[in-house]
Amino acid sequence: MQELISLFVKSIFVDNMVFAYFLGMCSYLAVSKNVKTAIGLGAAVVFVLGVTLPVNYLLNTYVLTPAALAWLGPDFAGIDLSFLSFIIFIAVIASIVQLVEMVVEKYSPSLYASLGIFLPLIAVNCAILGGSLFMQERGYETLAEATTFALGSGFGWFLAIVALAAIREKLSYSNVPAPLRGLGITFIVVGLMGIAFMSFMGIKL
Amino acid sequence: MDKKIFIEPLFRNNPITVLVLGVCSALAVTVKLEPAIVMALSVTIVTGFSSFIVSLIRNTIPNRIRIIVQLVVVAMLVILVDQILKAFAYDVSKQLSVFVGLIITNCIIMGRIEAFALGNKPIPSLIDGLANGLGYGIILIAIAFIRELFGSGTIYGIPVIPAEWYIKNGGFYENNGLFILPPMALIITGIIIWIQRSYTKELIEK
Repeated sequence: MQELISLFVKSIFVDNMVFAYFLGMCSYLAVSKNVKTAIGLGAAVVFVLGVTLPVNYLLNTYVLTPAALAWLGPDFAGIDLSFLSFIIFIAVIASIVQLVEMVVEKYSPSLYASLGIFLPLIAVNCAILGGSLFMQERGYETLAEATTFALGSGFGWFLAIVALAAIREKLSYSNVPAPLRGLGITFIVVGLMGIAFMSFMGIKL
Repeated sequence: MDKKIFIEPLFRNNPITVLVLGVCSALAVTVKLEPAIVMALSVTIVTGFSSFIVSLIRNTIPNRIRIIVQLVVVAMLVILVDQILKAFAYDVSKQLSVFVGLIITNCIIMGRIEAFALGNKPIPSLIDGLANGLGYGIILIAIAFIRELFGSGTIYGIPVIPAEWYIKNGGFYENNGLFILPPMALIITGIIIWIQRSYTKELIEK
């Protein structure tokens, strides 16, 4: 249990998806103009990561890793399907996003109204595929660990986008040099936020 | 016509600094020049050929499932690139780690397929894809050059700062460790955008 909590905190602050690995940058920069939409997109990322990563973990453990198919019988023990992982992960993500969109639309129109427009954006958000690839590379041991990592890094992304949106709302009142306005100053602000987040890096959990 | 398709994405319509596409990997792989060049080449090849293939089959793809079809084409090319890198440049492939796989979700590729390849003939699509990949590569190499020069004192792994300049050898110079860290990539990109926009005034946002 203790390891799970420290993994959760570590993936929010120390290994933050945005500031340490730059994942999901495109939508991070494009959809952070005001806090309300930022909260919507952030919540959608937490949700989709929390659903797709455990599924990809199970697929990775029981289908993709070398000798993972041994549970089908001794003849299958020599098969190594790891080269297929990219295409399987992206297919799982795209289809789960589609499914979630349909389910949410049918059963909770109010949630769909607030989250719905962000769901198609998320299928091609690198934070989601990145989460699955990190899970594969770091070799998390159990399903609980993979799920904790998913929720932690999703929450870290949520925090990062809400913080940036709040700063950009304030920034619109300030007098930025003309060529730096918009995109340029946003990059520099994110860089400064990254420096602030680096103070977590020395923490050993 | 073809010349314009090729020149525009390099500067005036650069995918990173103007269209804000494909930023994630641009920042993460630029600590050293070598992985940056490998990444730029891989993305150029994948963008070019995925645009070409999608453009070839553009009249047979049903509109409703086009995203999935495009993802499959892109994923296939990325798997090829990944396997080739693992076979011929194993060290670089280890350094790039997950970012080779993340080429699949690189927005430049999907963006160019949606915006150009779906409505144009295969050869212009190929040129457009390659040019956008090169525009991405120019920025990547510029950032990596600055970060490697100031952060490690080398260019493509070759030391350029004389060894006797360093403090540990009795000199006055020390590498700036901040340049190796992730936030500096963002700040350098911001400054590149600043420089570009002060030369091309029509790109300035209101």
